[in-house]
Parts: sequence; C-alpha cells; structure tokens
Amino acid sequence: MAEKKLMKGNEALAEGAVRAGCRFFAGYPITPQNEIPEYMSWRLPQAGGVFVQAESEVSAINMVYGAAATGVRCMTSSSSPGISLKQEGISYCAGADLPVFIGNVMRGGPGLGNIAGAQGDYWQATRGGGHGDYRTFVMAPDSVSEMGNFPHKCFEVAFKYRIPSMVLADGIIGQMMEPVEFINPEIDPKTLTEPAWALGVNKGREKRIVKSYDLREGYLEVMVNERVKRYKQMEANETMYEEKMMDDAEIAIVAYGTSARVSVAAMKLARENGLKVGLFRPITLWPFPKARLVELSKRIKKFLVVEMSLGQMVEDVQLSLNGRAEVHLHAKPGAAVMTADEVYRTMEAIVKKGAKEYAAAK
Amino acid sequence: MQLQNKRPESLLDIKMHYCPGCGHGTIHRVVAEAMDELGIRSRTIGVAPVGCAVFADTYFNCDMIQGPHGRGPAEATGIKRAKPDAIVFSYQGDGDLASIGMAEIVHAAIRSENITVIFVNNAIYGMTGGQMAPTTLLGQKATTCVEGRSAKQSGYPIKMCEMLATIDGATYLERTTVHTVPGVIKTKTAIRKAFQNQIDGKGFSMVEILSMCPTNWGTRLDNPSEATKFVAESMLPVFPLGVYKDQQRTN
Repeated sequence: MAEKKLMKGNEALAEGAVRAGCRFFAGYPITPQNEIPEYMSWRLPQAGGVFVQAESEVSAINMVYGAAATGVRCMTSSSSPGISLKQEGISYCAGADLPVFIGNVMRGGPGLGNIAGAQGDYWQATRGGGHGDYRTFVMAPDSVSEMGNFPHKCFEVAFKYRIPSMVLADGIIGQMMEPVEFINPEIDPKTLTEPAWALGVNKGREKRIVKSYDLREGYLEVMVNERVKRYKQMEANETMYEEKMMDDAEIAIVAYGTSARVSVAAMKLARENGLKVGLFRPITLWPFPKARLVELSKRIKKFLVVEMSLGQMVEDVQLSLNGRAEVHLHAKPGAAVMTADEVYRTMEAIVKKGAKEYAAAK
Repeated sequence: MQLQNKRPESLLDIKMHYCPGCGHGTIHRVVAEAMDELGIRSRTIGVAPVGCAVFADTYFNCDMIQGPHGRGPAEATGIKRAKPDAIVFSYQGDGDLASIGMAEIVHAAIRSENITVIFVNNAIYGMTGGQMAPTTLLGQKATTCVEGRSAKQSGYPIKMCEMLATIDGATYLERTTVHTVPGVIKTKTAIRKAFQNQIDGKGFSMVEILSMCPTNWGTRLDNPSEATKFVAESMLPVFPLGVYKDQQRTN
C-alpha cells in the first residue's frame, strides 16, 4: 500500500497532476485555490516542468492553449470568477481539440460573491461554459484523496478524446486537510508518445495547424459532428458514480462534493430514524450518469437533490429521470453549507407529508 | 537563364486572400525569407491572429496555431516554454496587439519572453470593416468615427515601440515600413534580427511594421500610391521609424 500523506485538497490536486505527467502550469492568484499555483511554482521546476504566473486568467488559459498544442500535459487552475475569464480560451481548446486540464475550486457567486466554498458553477462547468457547441469532461471530488487522484483520469480522458477536462471542486474540498494516498502509477512524460497532431520541431514532415475555425461552408459542421461522436463514446465509456446504502433505499439523495459529505451524515441520521435513505453521488458531472439513474428509478420513486447552489444539478436529474420519479431539491445558495439535520428534515417532509405538500410548503 | 528570385520555402504556393495594395502579403514574404535565410523553418511555430491575417496559419510553411484575439503573446509564451528548441513568432495587427491584447504584449515584454513578435500597424481594423483602431490617427476617418478620430472622444494613437521601450524586459524594438522598397528591405533585416535574437536567447523582440489598408482607408484600389502616400505623409510623422530598443543581453 502506498504511503498516506496529510495534505490540503488544493495541494493534493497539484501533486496529483504532477504525478499524472503534468509539466506545464500557468495560473493567476485567486482564493480559494491559491495553494495550487503556489505548490506548482516549486514542484514543477523540481520535476523538470514549467510554471508561469500569468498577468491574468485570460493570459493563463491562452498560455495553456499554446503549451497544449505542443502535446505536453498542461493545466491551469482558478476559482469561479477566474474560470469565467478563462471561458473563451476553454472554448478555443475545445474547438481546436486540445487536451488541457483545469482545476476549478468553486466559491460563492455571482459577481465577486464570496470566497467561501460553493457549487454555483455546475451549469458553467457542465454546459461547456464558453461560446459554441462543445463539452468538457468534469469530475467532482468529495475528498482530498479524490483531489489527488482525479487529475490522472482527467489527463487520460483529455488525451484519449482530445477534450478539455476539469476537476470541479468546491472551496471546502480545496481547503480541507485529509490523508491522501496517490493510487495511480506515477507517469514520466518522457515515456508518453508524442501525439500525431502536436506542434514542434519537425524534420521534413508536413506542417501542422492547430485551429478552431473553418470558414468554408459546411466544414465547421463536419468538425463539430466529428466531435459529437467522441462525446457519445464518452457518455458510453467514461461515466462514473458512487452509491451508498442504495440496496434497500426507498429515497435517494443525489449530491456531489461537499454536499455529498453532508448527505452521508444526513443519510445516517435518517436511517437511525427509520427512513430507508441511500446516496447516489455522480463523480463525472459530464458525462452525467443518466443511465444508472433511470435504472434506479425502476424501484426508487423519490429522489432528493442536495446542492450548494440555487438548484443546478437538479435539472440534470430531472432530465435523466424524465418524469419516472419525483425529484425534490434541497438548495443552499450563497456560499452556505446545509447541515445534515436540515437535509434530514427535508427528507422527512418528503416521505411523511408527501411530495405535493412539501412542494407547497417550500 | 538563371533564377534570380524564387518563392521562399517558408511560404506556401497558395493564392492569398489579401486585398490589392494590402501590406500583409509583402510582410508574409519577408518573414518567410528571413526564416529561410536563418534555416529555422523546420523548427518554427507561428501564432496567427484574429483579423485579416487569420489565414497566416495556411500561408506559412511551418507549424502554426490560431488562437483568440489579442492573446498571441500568451500562446507564444506557452509554446516557447513548453518547447524551448522551437522558434516561436506571433503575427498580430494593431487591434489585436494594441487594443484587446495590450496586457498580453506588455507582460510578454516584462517577462522578456524569448519570442519574436511581428506587429502590423495599419491604423485600422481590417477584417471587421474599417473601425477605429488604437493606432488610428487623429482626424483619420473610420466606420466608428465617421468625422475622423477626435482626441476628446477617443484619445490618441498609441505608439507601441515607444511604450514598450520603457520596459526593462524588452530586448529589441524597431519600427519599419513596407510602403517603399527600401522600407521592405529594412523590414526584412529587422525581422531577421528579431529571429536571431530568439535563436541567441536574448529575449523579447518586436518589429512594428507600418502597412497599407487601401480598402478600409478608402484610398483608391487601382492607384496604390494613394495608400503609400498616406503612410508617408500621415503615419510617419506620428510613428517615426527607427530602433527604439536594442539591448545587449544573454538570457
């Protein structure tokens, strides 16, 4: 068994990225993700990589766009307002089919909002975020260990499908300290084959172009449709989720990140009080584990989405279930965290008072 | 018969889309000639801008990337840092470099990124149809200042070489022109030097090139001398040619 280290979530994400072969980082300070660039600033040179503190988030994502075009494993990180600034660049990465990794440690919004953890950027992360038709692979960790281990998967998927990938954490996961065990084998970038599309020093081969546009009529459609095929493959092959106490559950909580941790406590409280509650935790937010939710709805008719936002993931649950089961929401916007007791009382209301009454009470 | 002059290997034999009298074609040619002469084509990566020169990614016979408006120096930074053996140049217009991309160009100079920037200044937005640029002259008409640029409304044309010369990290800054044959020859010499600096690891080099845009200046397309006259009589007094910085440095 690998050694366990006590780390902050942000540090674990940075270390996990380096172990996954990341050798280029460009970023800009913003709370609550500052430990990531700080860690990278000394760790990457140690690993023979490059750290650049950019003049802005806009510049940082474009440095990553350039670095990614040369085929290196590269990343940037930020928090909500900074991720908004990066969206044009992320859209270009998607349009140019560049594999990049983005760490997003969410804080309260909109606007300057708050520096405390929140989950208000689910829509932004899972709907593409920038302009145009595209998808981003999004993973949601609920522990420091997952912060440390998800970059490996993000790079793997990003390179396999040539798509931007993101770890969507919240400020609490980024800031908390826990033991972390890096379970993936460490990747030496020198052992990776250079992608066939990478720009670089060439001897006699044809020139290569990395671009996101095609102004000729009909060609952009072909480009996007080719990408859609990869998105479909990802939906089929890269969806991840976790289930807890679902075997006999009559009501299922759907939650990710910090909300999932609170939901575990709420679930235990409910079980002590005779409510048969389980937890369904999407690990990939895109692709969203639709198929499994549909399967579960054959026997579970009540779902409660718990999230630290005004209710964003709830729409994906509704879209997935498409009327097959009741979908309720326990929302906590404004960089606030729900308590286990609050979530338990919501469940109690749903089960005991009935759905319609609960909805009216809200 | 002996072939005196041929198409540079670094420029592909593709029909360009540039308007009659536009300076981009000439500038592409001298960039390509400089690449040929220095023997760097096979390790050069160019960054094409948004704007008229977006298709530079097609014309140059080297690896190319096209990215967001104004961010060329950031992309070039990422490429150069990730692949230090490559020769990286960013090709940008005045709206791209001096307006939306002001932060990127200034900070690339501050970091003394070991890159080469080709800055084409024709004092107008070309592809979008002749809007006022940050380098548009006072009194010069554009589609967003139909009576001519007024200082009260829109301030003054920005002089990039002069401004960047105040930055310690800027290694080499020169302003040239392509409105005359001697100007074209000097432009090529400057571009060669800007590439050579990068080969020698000397840091940030930029060549600002005054160029013509007959289409959006409203000068006659069938009489290119109207446009070259505009450069000579109106642009040169505001944008004097010359070397603004030539720092001896080893990075």
